[in-house]
Amino acid sequence: MIYVAQVEQVSAPPIDWGAMAPLLVVLGAACVAVLVEAFLPRHQRWPVQVGLSIAALGLAGLTLGLYTGSEPAGMTTIGGALTVDQPTLFLWGTLLALGLGSVLLIADRSVEPGGAFVASAASRAAAGGPGDLTYAPTDPDRSYGSPDQAPTMQTEVFPFTLFALGGMMTFVAANDLLTMFIALEVLSLPLYLMCGLARRRRLLSQEAAVKYFLLGAFASAFFLYGLALIYGFAGSVRLTDIAIASAGSARSDTLLFAGFALLVVGLLFKGSVGPFHTWTPDVYQGAPTPVTAFMGACTKVAAFGAILRVLHVAFGLTRWEWRGVLWAVAIVSMVIGAVLGLTQTDIKRMVAYSSIAHAGFLLIGAMAITPQGVSATLFYLLAYGFTTLAVFAVISLVRTADGEATHLSQWAGLGKRSPLTAGTMAFLLLALAGIPLTSGFTAKFAVFAAGIADGMAPLVVIALVASAVAAFFYLRVIVLMYFSEPAADGPTVTVPGAFTTAAITLGVLLTLLLGIVPSLALDWASGGGFVG
Amino acid sequence: MSTTYYLLLSALLFSIGAVGVLVRRNAIVVFMCVELMLNAVNLSLVTFARINGALDGQVMAFFVMVVAAAEVVVGLAIIMSIFRTRHSASIDDANLLKY
Repeated sequence: MIYVAQVEQVSAPPIDWGAMAPLLVVLGAACVAVLVEAFLPRHQRWPVQVGLSIAALGLAGLTLGLYTGSEPAGMTTIGGALTVDQPTLFLWGTLLALGLGSVLLIADRSVEPGGAFVASAASRAAAGGPGDLTYAPTDPDRSYGSPDQAPTMQTEVFPFTLFALGGMMTFVAANDLLTMFIALEVLSLPLYLMCGLARRRRLLSQEAAVKYFLLGAFASAFFLYGLALIYGFAGSVRLTDIAIASAGSARSDTLLFAGFALLVVGLLFKGSVGPFHTWTPDVYQGAPTPVTAFMGACTKVAAFGAILRVLHVAFGLTRWEWRGVLWAVAIVSMVIGAVLGLTQTDIKRMVAYSSIAHAGFLLIGAMAITPQGVSATLFYLLAYGFTTLAVFAVISLVRTADGEATHLSQWAGLGKRSPLTAGTMAFLLLALAGIPLTSGFTAKFAVFAAGIADGMAPLVVIALVASAVAAFFYLRVIVLMYFSEPAADGPTVTVPGAFTTAAITLGVLLTLLLGIVPSLALDWASGGGFVG
Repeated sequence: MSTTYYLLLSALLFSIGAVGVLVRRNAIVVFMCVELMLNAVNLSLVTFARINGALDGQVMAFFVMVVAAAEVVVGLAIIMSIFRTRHSASIDDANLLKY
């Protein structure tokens, strides 16, 4: 039998350029940044790349503001591949602001000579950093600059950041699973490379990159197989078509639920939830700290944006079938994050486990298939993103001669030496713990209220216990900073440059503002639901 | 021949790939197992396209191929860079980050 498809006249789908402008600006700037990298001489690249990235994010924010100002109705564009609705606009705004903060952190060269992304490891000799196996004073790999020159920064990290950010923005707006998969790869591939860019501590950094890459590729294969099974069930990968097919279809439900399970594994991996978190501590610790800040803040926003959309639009009708499984996942995530976080001695790993616990809280909000659930989760993402960004920015300031002082014992007595840094860190950790008057409290309150309203009271009780346990390890750091004697050879706190200061100020201000006057952001977050 | 066989073959290939990722120790082989999983998915997509009598599954397979190619570029670059530093591509040797 020969199967011949009837090909009809193909007409190009209409494209709403105004709605897509922020996305196009970011991705276009990423392409320009690649050209800059190829054609400009090395010493001109840093100012041009930084200017280009900041200008692109500003312009994207401006177009987003103009479009949002016209109070658009949610709609789908380019043949239904992308949805630009209220949650999309909110997440785009969050991602652009967090992306701007991350670019500032990445661009900073004042904290360590040449920034975290110097071209060669040789400058490590001056910084006294941990040696790598092959290092020799006359390193043949070293082709950049002479020994007496200031180390130059590798600037390809800027196009990577922009591409990753463009992928994240597509990811949260994707209205079919294929677009979502492509966006997943566009956001992941640059991130894998960015993890391996710390040349001063290249063993740790490259190990993080390999682990993230292999596990990430494994997870996206699961996502893809889930996509294929759902395509087999619904005959389409459009989220609304999946919802319609799940209401009644001649095909076996096995396809739908096996597909759902595989798909969700892929998404939960990206959000570093529960049993799919194994990469998180290693990658957070090994990656250069500005990249960890970018990953910790933006990837979480993007992953949960996509999880929200998939659960609400495609699988909202079948919620009673999958909710039990996701309950278990959320509990496992909160318990792992809170309990293993207690045992950590490295501050970056500790924040990584805290992010796993927070992923469990976020999942509660995402499982509440109500408008309240959507707005609470969106608000949580906004609050958590800025706090995390500022936490990693502060971590990058506390240094010894060997580089960042990430071991907890090195933080002892920091409150006596540099009260401002210690005070900022204490405030941010209290926000992560969810103390009132910080954004962490408002966000947790919103998510737990949405969970209770949608009949998940037992889960919320477990979440409260988990956040109490997690509060212990945040408070432990604060006690260590304020009530222990500083070590004799303790770390020094670098005076941050303008860029890092701006990023920390942004994070701290938003953490405070969202805690005191959350209504502004909450109103925006609850401005409208998903459009499929 | 029933199209179900193709789906079973695809599931089998996917499982072989998944088990390979979990048990093999060389980063390159692990990576090849991931590629096997992606190609198993391609087989499913094409089979479902045939069952559904539509072309979109076949088009999706092309997208997957492009993504797989991009993944190879990035993956091999990362594995090469760690091989240069450590002179080993074994994922058991990379064990500085733990607990």
